[in-house]
Amino acid sequence: MNTMTGLTMKTEGDTHIVVTRHFAASPEAVYRAHTDPKLLQTWLLGPEGWTMPVCINDARAGGKFRYEWAHPKKPGFYITGEFLEVVPYSKIVHIERMYLPDPTPENHVETRFEADGDGTLMTMRMTLPDSKTRSMMLASGMDKGMEMSYGRLETML
Amino acid sequence: MSNMSGLDASFAALSDPTRRAILARLALGEATVNELAEPFEMTQPAISQHLKVLEQAGLIVSRIDGTRRPRRLSKEGIEAMDQWLAILRKALERNYERLDQVLDAMDSNSMRKKR
Repeated sequence: MNTMTGLTMKTEGDTHIVVTRHFAASPEAVYRAHTDPKLLQTWLLGPEGWTMPVCINDARAGGKFRYEWAHPKKPGFYITGEFLEVVPYSKIVHIERMYLPDPTPENHVETRFEADGDGTLMTMRMTLPDSKTRSMMLASGMDKGMEMSYGRLETML
Repeated sequence: MSNMSGLDASFAALSDPTRRAILARLALGEATVNELAEPFEMTQPAISQHLKVLEQAGLIVSRIDGTRRPRRLSKEGIEAMDQWLAILRKALERNYERLDQVLDAMDSNSMRKKR
């Protein structure tokens, strides 16, 4: 059903964005990669050139997290949030705000990890406060996506 | 950047189920307000209001044909949204490609913890 990348992304109703992705690893491993700061710092980086010097993650109900991104030439930004529900290896529910530096509206994110063949199907369901916020979030993602495209272009030249 | 506000309006316009249905109908070809109003249990002014939102969002265009003003999809508006979604997909996919490698390394480093 999936094309090359295996990623699906769609809007749902007025306020949701749903992303799915298959991984060739167990739900335990995928869950760990989403909760262990040392692992998160190796992949949750967005476009090329960004690093995550600060990664604090207390993955339990009521626990907080804070991720800070840095770039040699661009102003950094960070996300803070709180875990609402954590079921090891299968489900993480959290709320988050991004600071750019002004805070974005609250994004409610439910991430599920389910066994899928010999791998894992991850389903990430984001709920924004209203459709306008969702539009803005989709639009702001474009900036980052663009940066990435340019970054890639640079490496190809 | 002006393209961004256009996209914002496009996604906002898509947040309504009637407007999504209108776009689906127009994907089949040009249609007038009357033709568009038919499958929906809505008055013509209500449909016209939806068409106005879609038009302002750059998703549809109209032309004048005598007294009729048939609407059709705007190729540019729809393509801009498609393109944008493709870019966002790519950014996400870049993260997950890295994660694939991380998971691969975890697998070969650690004991194969199978359930």
